[in-house]
Amino acid sequence: MASIISISHLNKIYASGFQALKDINLDIAQGEILALLGPNGAGKTTLISIICGIVTKSSGAVSVGGHDNVTDFRETRKLIGLVPQELHLSIFETVWATVSFSRSLYGKPADPAYLEKILRSLSLWDKKDAQIRTLSGGMKRRVLIAKALAHEPRILFLDEPTAGVDVGLRQDLWTVVQGLRDSGVTIILTTHYIEEAEELADRVGVINKGGLVLIEEKATLMRKMGRKKLTLDLVKPLSSIPKALKDYGLVLSEDGKVLAYDYDTRSKNGNIAKLLEDLSAAKIDYNDLHTEQSSLEDIFMGLLNAEVTA
Amino acid sequence: MNWRGAAAIYAYEMKRFFRTVGQSIISPVISTILYFVVFGAAIGSRIQHIEGVSYGAFIVPGLIMLSLLTQSISNASFGIYFPRFSGTIYEYLAAPVSSFEMVCGFVGASATKSIIIGLIILATSAFFVPLQIMHPFWMVAFLLMTAISFSLFGFIIGLWADGFEKLQIIPLLIITPLTFLGGSFYSINVLPPFWHTLSLFNPVVYLVSGFRWSFNEVADVNVEYSLAATMVFLGLSLAVISWMFKTGYRLKT
Repeated sequence: MASIISISHLNKIYASGFQALKDINLDIAQGEILALLGPNGAGKTTLISIICGIVTKSSGAVSVGGHDNVTDFRETRKLIGLVPQELHLSIFETVWATVSFSRSLYGKPADPAYLEKILRSLSLWDKKDAQIRTLSGGMKRRVLIAKALAHEPRILFLDEPTAGVDVGLRQDLWTVVQGLRDSGVTIILTTHYIEEAEELADRVGVINKGGLVLIEEKATLMRKMGRKKLTLDLVKPLSSIPKALKDYGLVLSEDGKVLAYDYDTRSKNGNIAKLLEDLSAAKIDYNDLHTEQSSLEDIFMGLLNAEVTA
Repeated sequence: MNWRGAAAIYAYEMKRFFRTVGQSIISPVISTILYFVVFGAAIGSRIQHIEGVSYGAFIVPGLIMLSLLTQSISNASFGIYFPRFSGTIYEYLAAPVSSFEMVCGFVGASATKSIIIGLIILATSAFFVPLQIMHPFWMVAFLLMTAISFSLFGFIIGLWADGFEKLQIIPLLIITPLTFLGGSFYSINVLPPFWHTLSLFNPVVYLVSGFRWSFNEVADVNVEYSLAATMVFLGLSLAVISWMFKTGYRLKT
C-alpha cells in the first residue's frame, strides 16, 4: 500500500545537546495502525511532534501525503489530527465550543452535523454543553480525540491515548480507534501498554534511545521473534530427565510432575513431534499438554534487554 | 491564507474578553472616574487651563492612551502566554495557521479589546468634561496604530515570558513609569529644560502628544514626529515577532 507518511534520515538534537532522534527512516502506509513502543524518553513524542510541526527537526525530511511538512505545512497539517499525551484543554470552554474552535482553526466551514456525529461516536453528545472543567479525566481524553477529528483528518496521531485511563474506557477507546481505521484513517499511536499495540496495531515500531530499533508487521514480528513453550503434565513424576531427552533442554518442575519445553517458533514443528515420539520411546506418559506463545511484551523487553547488553 | 483560522483565534480571544466583561470594562471605567476625581477635581481646580484647554479636557487623551497602552500589552501578552502555560498552544502550532495569521488573530483581538476600553473611557470622560475632537481621522488613526503596536509588543512579552512574574515585569517596571512620565497628565513644556530634554527620549511622549493633538490641536512635539515614532515602534515590533516565529523562539524546541 502507498505510504502516506515518509520519514528519511530524521535527526533531532535539542539545544541542550541531547540527541532525541537518530537517523529515523520510516514509511507509514495509508490506512494502517502503527504502534510505536518504547520506554520513557525514547523519542516517541519527539517523532510525533516533528511530523505534526510542533517541534523543529535538526536534519532529515518528513513527507505527509506527498508534501514536505515544512515547506507545504498547510497541506500536511490539514491531513493530520493530533491527540496529545497531556490533557491540554481550555477548561472554561464547553465541549461544543472547543470542538467547533478546532474545526475553524483548520480552516474548515462549520458542520454541526459532522461534529454531532463525532461527539455521539465518543459518547460525548450528552456533555456537549458542559464546561470541560466539569468532566472526568476519561471524558477529557475523549474531548481531545473529538478535537483532533473535528477537521476530518486522514491521519490521526494518538500519543499515549489510554495513559491513566480505566480498563472500561480503554476498551471503549480501542473500539473508537478500530472504527476510525475502518473508515480509512491512518493511525499512529504511541503506548506503554503492549496489550494495546497487540490489540490494535497492524505494525509495531520499537524506539529506544532515539533510534528505531525495529519496525515489523505485528503478526510477522510475533512469528519471527516469539517463542513458544510446551508444557506436559506427566502421569508419573520423574526424578530426573532421561539421558535420551537431554538435547531438548527440557526443564523439570521441582515435584517432577511437569515437563517444560521452550522452543523457537522459527524452528520446524517437527521438533515437537520428535520430542513426543522420544517421550513415548522413553515410556514417559502425560495426561495433558498445552502451549503458550510469548507476548509482544516479552518480545519488547527482549529487544530492550538486547540493546542494553549490546 | 487561512482567514477562517485567524478569525477563529480572534473570535476565541474576544469571547474570553466578553466572558469576563465586568472585569474587562468596569475596572477601566472606575479607574477613569478615579483619575478625574484626583487629577481633574483636586489638582485640576488649581491648574485651570493648559494652552487654552481646560485641565480636565487636557488629560482625557492621556488617560485613554494610558489605558490603551496597558490594556494592549496585558491583553496580548496574556492571550499568547496562557496557551503556552496551559499547553493548549500545541493546537495552534499543529494547525495549518501561519505565524502571520496567528498574529492577526491574537493581536487583532487584543487591539480590539483595548480600543473598546479606550472608547468607553472617552464616553465616560464626556460626563465630566466638554470634549472636542478636532481631527477625528487622526484620532482614530493614532488609536488604531497605538493599539496595534502595543498589542504586538505585548505579544512579544507573552512569547518571551516563561513565568507570570516576567509577564508583569515589563508593564510594571517600564511601561507604567514611561506612561506616567510621558505627559499623560501634564505638558512636558512646563518641565525644566533638563527634564524636558530627557522626556523627549520617552516614546510615550510622542504617542500622547499626537493623540492629544487630534483632540485639541495641543501638542508637546510636532505631530509628524508622533506619527513617525508610532510607525517606527510598529515596524520594530513586527520585525521582532517575525524573527521569533522564524526561529521558533519559545514556541518550538
